[in-house]
Amino acid sequence: MTYLIEGRDGPWELVVGLEVHAQVISQSKLFSGASASYGGEPNTHVSLVDAGFPGMLPVINRECVAQAVRTGLGLKARVNLESRFDRKNYFYADLPTGYQISQFTHPIIGEGAIEIELADGSTRMIGITRLHLEQDAGKSMHDQDPARSFIDLNRAGVALMEIVSEPDIRTPEEAGAYLRKLRMILRYLGTCDGNMEEGSMRADVNVSVRKAGEPFRTRCEIKNVNSIRYVMQAIEVEAVRQVEIWEGGGSVDQETRLFDPARSETRSLRSKEDAHDYRYFPDPDLLPLVIEEAWVQDLAAHLPELPDAKCQRFQDEYGIPRYDAGVLVAEQATADFYETVARGRDPRLAANWVIGDFFAALNRTGRTIQDSPISADALGGMLDLITDGTINGKIAKDVFEEMLESGESAAEIVERKGLRQVTDTGAIDAAVQAVLDKNPDKLAEYRSGKDKLFGFFVGQVMKAMAGKGNPALVNEALKKVL
Amino acid sequence: MMLTELTIAAAQGGLRRREFSAEELVGAHVAAIDRLNGRLNAFITVTSEQALDAARRADAILAGGGDVPALTGIPLGIKDLFCTDGVRTTAASRMLEDFVPPYESTVTANLLADGAVFVGKTNLDEFAMGSANITSAFGSVENPWKRAGDAETVLVPGGSSGGSAAAVAARLAMGATGTDTGGSIRQPASYCGIAGIKPTYGRCSRWGTIAFASSLDQAGPMARTVEDCAILLQSMAGFDTRDSTSVDIAVPDYRAACGRSLKGMKVGIPAEYRVAGMPAEIEAAWEQGIAWLRDAGCEIVEVSLPYTKYGLATYYIVAPAECSSNLARYDGVRFGRRVPGASLDELYEATRREGFGAEVRRRILMGTYVLSAGYYDAYYLRAQKVRNLIRKDFENAFQTVDVLLTPTAPSPAFAQGEKMDDPVQMYLNDVFTVPASMAGVPAMSVPAGLSQSGLPLGLQVIGRSFDEESVFAAASALERAAGFTHRPAVRAEVV
Repeated sequence: MTYLIEGRDGPWELVVGLEVHAQVISQSKLFSGASASYGGEPNTHVSLVDAGFPGMLPVINRECVAQAVRTGLGLKARVNLESRFDRKNYFYADLPTGYQISQFTHPIIGEGAIEIELADGSTRMIGITRLHLEQDAGKSMHDQDPARSFIDLNRAGVALMEIVSEPDIRTPEEAGAYLRKLRMILRYLGTCDGNMEEGSMRADVNVSVRKAGEPFRTRCEIKNVNSIRYVMQAIEVEAVRQVEIWEGGGSVDQETRLFDPARSETRSLRSKEDAHDYRYFPDPDLLPLVIEEAWVQDLAAHLPELPDAKCQRFQDEYGIPRYDAGVLVAEQATADFYETVARGRDPRLAANWVIGDFFAALNRTGRTIQDSPISADALGGMLDLITDGTINGKIAKDVFEEMLESGESAAEIVERKGLRQVTDTGAIDAAVQAVLDKNPDKLAEYRSGKDKLFGFFVGQVMKAMAGKGNPALVNEALKKVL
Repeated sequence: MMLTELTIAAAQGGLRRREFSAEELVGAHVAAIDRLNGRLNAFITVTSEQALDAARRADAILAGGGDVPALTGIPLGIKDLFCTDGVRTTAASRMLEDFVPPYESTVTANLLADGAVFVGKTNLDEFAMGSANITSAFGSVENPWKRAGDAETVLVPGGSSGGSAAAVAARLAMGATGTDTGGSIRQPASYCGIAGIKPTYGRCSRWGTIAFASSLDQAGPMARTVEDCAILLQSMAGFDTRDSTSVDIAVPDYRAACGRSLKGMKVGIPAEYRVAGMPAEIEAAWEQGIAWLRDAGCEIVEVSLPYTKYGLATYYIVAPAECSSNLARYDGVRFGRRVPGASLDELYEATRREGFGAEVRRRILMGTYVLSAGYYDAYYLRAQKVRNLIRKDFENAFQTVDVLLTPTAPSPAFAQGEKMDDPVQMYLNDVFTVPASMAGVPAMSVPAGLSQSGLPLGLQVIGRSFDEESVFAAASALERAAGFTHRPAVRAEVV
């Protein structure tokens, strides 16, 4: 799908690259033993290293390195067995040492790729340039006091992965799909919780426009966008802004901008002239980071099944359509739930129920799969009752609602409420006869050729049997009599 | 018996034989500090009470007999760059004037674990940046030595570990810790007539020592004999998981190495150290040292270290670059001095203008400049490449020789006020010490004799990485041959 911005002088193409900052899931920070957990009273997760006290030194956290390697493997990227840490120097009150330890020239992960899927079912590969490890800064709070700012260093030193894409993205939709896919992979890997509201995943968006076939024009970087929807909006409005500048005879300045969702516009944060000179140089407190191939192999061997592979397997193994498989693998927990339900049962029936009534119920009750009122085993138990003919599909819907409400098992509900399907042909025949007796006119019409009335008779019989008649047997009995 | 005249080795025996108590030993040094520190200004902070308390505890341990930790009851001075738990640590800077760390550096913790008693925190050039101990925010240190026939002229003790050198020379402490980035242990040791070793980079942990230039900083001992340095380094050295650049290899018996025979040892004499304009007396001291080592059974070999001439220029790019980044943390936000400002930038500017002295500001400026966009490749990157060549120089030389012998400094101690209007003249004091720092190899200064003006001159022994033993062996031989028994004019027993 092409996304073109119609300008006065013709169409413009969009060029976007994303830099995603993903907070690493780990017990402790990248270079100190302080807790990396979210929340906590301000300045309670701070070691002397994090606060930049004199003489304090960083020591690399092995688990953070493992998480970066796992992520690199998940992105099918090159793992660099030797990488380095550099200092990125700038002054800010929530940056205790006056420099951020990052990886500038030698990142731990090199080129990789992510396959994204678009609404029309098409797929595209988006290149990954690199992934590197770096420290997060603390948090400045300017709204607590009229004259003073407050600093919380809980986050200072927490490990981040900066994941940089190639400028391969051409539409806002692709940017959204890329972020959703990346987040899915990170969550599957357990290397980042992908929670954009809490700031554990944030995106810097590089946007430029050009005429078809041109080389890249000047780009602007929109900093720290914290939702996928905002990323897509920011790209749209920034592209329009740039087109207007070019067409007005001006030129776009390379600068850092902020997205204001309330006004749906981007604003200049600092121009190139004011840009920091970060004075990168190798951190002399840290040796080059050297990892063993065998260790990488071991991490690779213990990697969980990733969404693309799982989606393919669901189609192959369970015979469900690609769309359904895609929905089910969107989250690891959903996929696990589905597999529990489907195990030893009809996988398509399981998929229909999970995607249909089950998802609808979660939506309706505002629950998530983690605190679902119906467990996978309970849902499976209900499907068993359908399959063995104890209840029919219509009754099953009532039973499902009852399960949602009471938390009882399907079997208990069926017993308690006497919902067992009637397969006694004598009882069915009697009900059929009663319906025919009550509706002589309809019977006459049917017999004179109005075939469509068959459905009417089925409905009446089922109604008379309080929905418990076995539909196949009811059909059979009616056909015989009619 | 003058307790302040003892070596550490002798005091260890005396304490164990109960010839005197630790309280007496520490008390004698505390008294000497009381009498002389007002003049010498060797200590920024004197911790007499804590020292005497520690001495009494040491006596209790000594009274128990048995296997007493090596340094039990030995009074030491600690350069005020090592963070000491609960004791003010200033780096000789207004910036940290009232900074009391809640932690103990690894090196001083090692010394404390071995029973050492700290009598105070010694003066230094601000943040260890200087070669004359004249940049301290707490005033200059006076060298206890005097030119022959000139009791008036105040001489510098060298720097940056000038307070440690002066304290040890004047018998205010039996030994002291120093740190050496480009010569900060060796040059003041030479100027004050004592011994001092910069061990191999990575031998002593840097954890808890205030950083100047991280890739060069290395702690080491200063004492009046080579053996005393060996005893102290034994305790200070060792792998530390909290310092990623510290190296996990065993610490050998340094004291034993001091007595080792030099038969067959190959000693390299680097041609490039014969710099133009070197004073004849320095040249003579060097020749004398060569002769002593030859007499001790060494084979003397001429070697070449062709990149030596770039050492100083390279050092003055790498060290300021690292310092400009290391000192960014002194911003008035979390600890140390804060000068209020109307905005964050104004707070930074006011705090750093008031907190840092002129030399520190000069180096931060130089370092910021050489790391700047557009200059990085021409300066910092090139300096790192040259540094590798300097390292290679030493590796090549050590293919054929076991140690190198050079002068420690191009002159004896100079007077306060000399060389002070031109920073480059000042930087030249480090011309012989900087190359070993750039290469990370161990190097030691040992007193070899007196200049014509009656001031001590040091010789420098440089060894292979992690071969401090050969350095101690050669330095001991020089020490024995020199028989250096001269003492400074200002010292504990002189009233």
